[in-house]
Amino acid sequence: MSNLYIPHKARIKEIITETAANDVKTFRVVFEDESVWDSFQYRPGQFAELSVFGVGEAPISITSSPTQKGYLEFSIKKAGEVTTALHYSAPGELIGVRGPYGNHFPVEIMEGKHLVFIAGGIGLAPLRSLITYVLDDEHRGKFRDVTIIYGARSPGDLVFKWELEKWEKREDIRFYLTVDRGDETWTGREGFVPAVLMEVGPSPENTIAITCGPPIMIKFVLQNLEKLGFSPSQIVTTLEMRMKCGVGKCGRCNIGPRYVCKDGPVFTYEQLRQMPQEY
Amino acid sequence: MAVKILQKKDLPCLLGKWSQSARVLAPARQDEMTNLAPWEPGAELDLGRNTWKPLKELFFPRSERMFAYTGDRMNAELSPIDQDHEQTVVFGVRPCDARSLALLDRVFLDERFTDDLYKAKRERTVLVGLGCNKPLRSCFCTSVAGDPHGTEGLDVLFVDTGDEYAVYPLTGRGEALVGELPEGSGEVEARASALADLARDMMPRYPAEVLPDKLTHMFEHEIWDRIHEKCLGCAACAYLCPTCHCFDVTDEAKTTEGHRVRNWDSCMFPLFTLHTSGHNPRTSGKQRMRQRIMHKFNYFPVNSGAIACVGCGRCVEVCPVNTDIREVISEIGEVK
Repeated sequence: MSNLYIPHKARIKEIITETAANDVKTFRVVFEDESVWDSFQYRPGQFAELSVFGVGEAPISITSSPTQKGYLEFSIKKAGEVTTALHYSAPGELIGVRGPYGNHFPVEIMEGKHLVFIAGGIGLAPLRSLITYVLDDEHRGKFRDVTIIYGARSPGDLVFKWELEKWEKREDIRFYLTVDRGDETWTGREGFVPAVLMEVGPSPENTIAITCGPPIMIKFVLQNLEKLGFSPSQIVTTLEMRMKCGVGKCGRCNIGPRYVCKDGPVFTYEQLRQMPQEY
Repeated sequence: MAVKILQKKDLPCLLGKWSQSARVLAPARQDEMTNLAPWEPGAELDLGRNTWKPLKELFFPRSERMFAYTGDRMNAELSPIDQDHEQTVVFGVRPCDARSLALLDRVFLDERFTDDLYKAKRERTVLVGLGCNKPLRSCFCTSVAGDPHGTEGLDVLFVDTGDEYAVYPLTGRGEALVGELPEGSGEVEARASALADLARDMMPRYPAEVLPDKLTHMFEHEIWDRIHEKCLGCAACAYLCPTCHCFDVTDEAKTTEGHRVRNWDSCMFPLFTLHTSGHNPRTSGKQRMRQRIMHKFNYFPVNSGAIACVGCGRCVEVCPVNTDIREVISEIGEVK
């Protein structure tokens, strides 16, 4: 009998420590059975349920891009039981993966448009899937100007530093890196992400803004995007919510009639404004 | 399919015949409660009222193993739980409970993500209904698109017409159970139909049909400040509700073996929506009561095209502080 809830077995190949406090790590995993890829065709913005057997299961956004073949990456903050168990695991260990679940970023709608990514802290994880997809040689030509504004509380809280360096060097993106407060070695920009957004001042014309980060950042980013003239339908974000099954049955991730696991996690600001303020 | 007829005294004989090729469950009195129990020859049926526990438990158990695993951090074997494939016939299902399965099917059997655990149990089970001639005080099926002699979700419907049952086969599987019974007369059918009318007339009506549209604009309404006030948050209503389907998923493990398990859960509990970060979108009893009512009378209709309440009245009977969903329906119905 088939079973919706039995995960695919996957092995941790590599673990990258992202933050100075060691509370965010990126896990690169591969399926034990390569044929799983036939049913695991994902798109930027989707998530998966990760299992540590004996501990439990948690929904985590896929931070790698479908253009990266043969493996999946998940950037995970140590927070609850499952994420803590993952943080204590080592390369070579076995975990479970089921998915991909949820909707995805509206890639087709974004084609031919300028893109502005605005991320804070680990909020870069779900956006990185789309950024990597857009920057891939095969796709870059389909999109216009790419602007990335990324910030964290401190230099030690920035994630994907190994990738940020590559983005800084590329000539086909405008990349703005900021921290709320620098340290003695920090020579870069200081300032909150929403303020940097106003300094950069992207034009709303033929543009889509994609944002993810802590709620307080999102709140001011949305206000500032509206000041810059962006309409709610031009703003895209991705939500997280307490979730168990991932497939619309266990009944806990709804916002009004919308289930974050099936109807989301990606929503436009226009859609969010029509949903009850209960998230 | 034409109506059949069964003399009441011949019911045990018919159940006995079914039990030769299937497990037969029927309502029986146990521990001062009426619940489904395995039927065997000589067993006494209790057909006076609906079962205390909802029918969903047969298909979506209170606690259910989802799969098993053995191994350690380096290697693990995952295996499905062996499903009991024994054919099952449930006798005496009330039309409200049968409808609840038709509603749960929209959740568990959706095409994109079919819940195989639920599906296996649905496929092996035949539902034989018993029409309600005497609704209880807490019954209100006719207010939520149900009917005391309704057939949705059933394979056969029995109607008690006095000394005999009028028997309506409704599906192929139902026909297989009762096909050999003699055909009933038009007079029997007329009697059954009159009993249905009588039962319908016995139930007061509540304006539930206006709720799906109305609630769309009532998320911020002041009514939610009142309705939840006496609620203790015990969730007895949700556990006995035949359409509530929320569950928690957890691992039960020893060192090298364990199971992933799902357990009934409820939106009435404050921890239900608690994020790991400490953030909780529904911290107050007001928000949780609103979620429960909105889910049944607005969100479910939006997503699945029907009110997620079958009017069985179990929540009315069980609530320790006498919250009565029918009063809630009426109050919302009266909002201008």
